[in-house]
Amino acid sequence: MSLLVPAASLAKRELVRFFRQRGRVIGALVTPVMFWLFMGSGLGRSFGGPGGDFLRYAFPGTTTMILLFTCIFSSISIIEDRREGFLQSVIASPAPRAAIVLGKVLGGTLLGFVQAFPFLLLAPTVGLPLTATGLLQAAAVLAVSAFFLASVGFFFAWRSESVAGFHAIMNVVLMPMWLVSGALFPLAGARSWMGWVMRANPMTYGLSAVRTAMMPDDPGPFGLGLSLAVIGACALVAFLACAATVGGERT
Amino acid sequence: MSDAIEVRALEREFGERKALAGVSFEVRQGEAFGLLGPNGGGKTTLFRILATLLPPTRGRASVMGFDVGSQAADVRRQIGVVFQSTSTDRKLTSLENLLYQGAMYGMSGEPLRKRAAELLARFGVLDRAGEYAEKLSGGLRRRVEIAKGILHGPRVLMLDEPSAGLDVGARRELRDVLAGLKKDGTTVLFTTHFMEEAAMCDRVAILDHGKIVALGKPEALCAESGQDVIKVRASDPEGLRAAVAAKFGGSVTVLDGDVRIERSRGHEFVPQLVESFPGQVEAVTVAKPTLEDVFVRRTGRAFGE
Repeated sequence: MSLLVPAASLAKRELVRFFRQRGRVIGALVTPVMFWLFMGSGLGRSFGGPGGDFLRYAFPGTTTMILLFTCIFSSISIIEDRREGFLQSVIASPAPRAAIVLGKVLGGTLLGFVQAFPFLLLAPTVGLPLTATGLLQAAAVLAVSAFFLASVGFFFAWRSESVAGFHAIMNVVLMPMWLVSGALFPLAGARSWMGWVMRANPMTYGLSAVRTAMMPDDPGPFGLGLSLAVIGACALVAFLACAATVGGERT
Repeated sequence: MSDAIEVRALEREFGERKALAGVSFEVRQGEAFGLLGPNGGGKTTLFRILATLLPPTRGRASVMGFDVGSQAADVRRQIGVVFQSTSTDRKLTSLENLLYQGAMYGMSGEPLRKRAAELLARFGVLDRAGEYAEKLSGGLRRRVEIAKGILHGPRVLMLDEPSAGLDVGARRELRDVLAGLKKDGTTVLFTTHFMEEAAMCDRVAILDHGKIVALGKPEALCAESGQDVIKVRASDPEGLRAAVAAKFGGSVTVLDGDVRIERSRGHEFVPQLVESFPGQVEAVTVAKPTLEDVFVRRTGRAFGE
C-alpha cells in the first residue's frame, strides 16, 4: 500500500484536531511572542550583541521557539493517542509503519510552520527588511527545522508511557537544544566548550539559516547552504530512527 | 475450504509468567468463534497475537493462510479489529472517524464516503454522524467501533470483549449485529466472559491459565456429562456437602457458597434430598449444565475465581 493516503490522512487529522482546540492555538501563538517581547524588551540594550538590541537579536530564535513549542504539543498528542486508544487501531491497520511516522511528523511540521511563518512578517517592527528571497529562504529552513523537531519529538514520545515522562525529555533534550542554538547568545561570544556544544547541536544550523535569511546585516555563523544541509541531514536521520523504532516494535 | 484461523502450540510468556501455555485450535471460515475465560485466562493475549499486535514466544498462528509474525501486513489486510477500549477519536465526528480509518486501509474518495455513510446508516448512527464521538453513548460508540472494524470489508472480524460496559439492550443489539455479519459470510472471533454470549457461538474455546480446557459446540459441551446440575442454598453449606456426599456419593462441591451436585435425573433427586435433610435446604434449583458448569467440571473452580 502507498505511504501517501494514510500519511496525508494522519497529518490532516493533526491539523483538524489542533484548530478544534482554541486554547492550543492561542497558547502556541501567544506564548513565544510574549516571551520574545518580555525578554527582548527587558534585556533591551543591556545586551551588547552585534545589533545592540536584544529584541532584534532574539527575533530569529523566537521563530524556532514557536516550532519547538508546537512540535512538543504534537508529540504529546502521540502519547494521548496511545492512551485514548486511537493509536491501537492505526497500529492494527495495514498502513506501512513509515506512513504512520510520516503522517504524525508531517502533521507536527505543518502545525509548526503555519504558526512560525506569520511571525516572520513582524520583522519590520525590529527594523528588519522583508524581502521575498529572505522570506522564501526562511520558510524553507523553518519547514526543514520543524520536520527535524517533530521527528525528535516523535522518537521520544513513541516510547513515553505518560505525558509526565515526556516532560522530563522535553526539559532535558528539547528545551536545551533551543537554548544553546544561538537563540539567546551568539556562537562567536560563547566560551570554547559551549562553542563546541553549539556546533554539535543541529538546531544551531537551523537557527543560523533563519538568521542569515532574515538579517543580512547580522547573519548566522554558518553559510545558508551548509546550515540547510546539516539540518536537512539531521531531519532525515531523526525520521529514519522513528521509522525503525515503530517498525521494529510490536506492542 | 481452508481454515480462517489456525493456531498451533502457541505460547506467550511475559517474563516468568506464562500467559499462553500451548494453545492449538482452528476457526473455520464463516464461523462465529468465542474465546471464553475468566480474566487473566489468556484470551486477551491470544487476541492480541491474532491481531498481529503481539508476537508469540513459541508456536505459530495464521489468519487466512498468512502467518501473524512474518506476514503481519497481509494478516492486517484480512482482519478487522474491534478493541475493548474505544479507539474512536473523541474530537472527531463519527463520519470523520470512519474516513480516517478508511485511509489507513488505503481507501479514499467517493467509494470511502459511500461505504462510511452506508455503515453509519446500517448501524443507526447516520443521523448523528456529524457529532463528535465523545457525545455518543457507550452503545452508539461501540457501534461506530464495529463500523470502523468492518469498513474495509475484512474476511475475519476480531472483537475483544465487545459487550464489556454495555447495558442489556445494547448487548442485545450487538448480538444482532454480529449475527448479521456472520450471515454475510464474515468469520467472527471474539473474546468474552459472558456465558450467554459464548453460548451463541458456533464453537467456543474455554481458556484458563493459558490453556484450552474445553473446545467445541456450546450445546455439545453442555450435554457432555449427561447430568443435571442441582444447586442448594443451605445455612451450613460445608456440613450439607459432607452429608450429601456420604449419603449419595457422586460429585458434590461447595461453589460460591452453594452446594453443587451433579446427577442424572435431577428432578427425581430433589425430593430425596429435601426429605433426607429436613430444615437444612433453603432453596434448590435444577438446571441443564451451562458453559459455566463445563468450566467448573474441567477446572474444579468457579468461573469468577
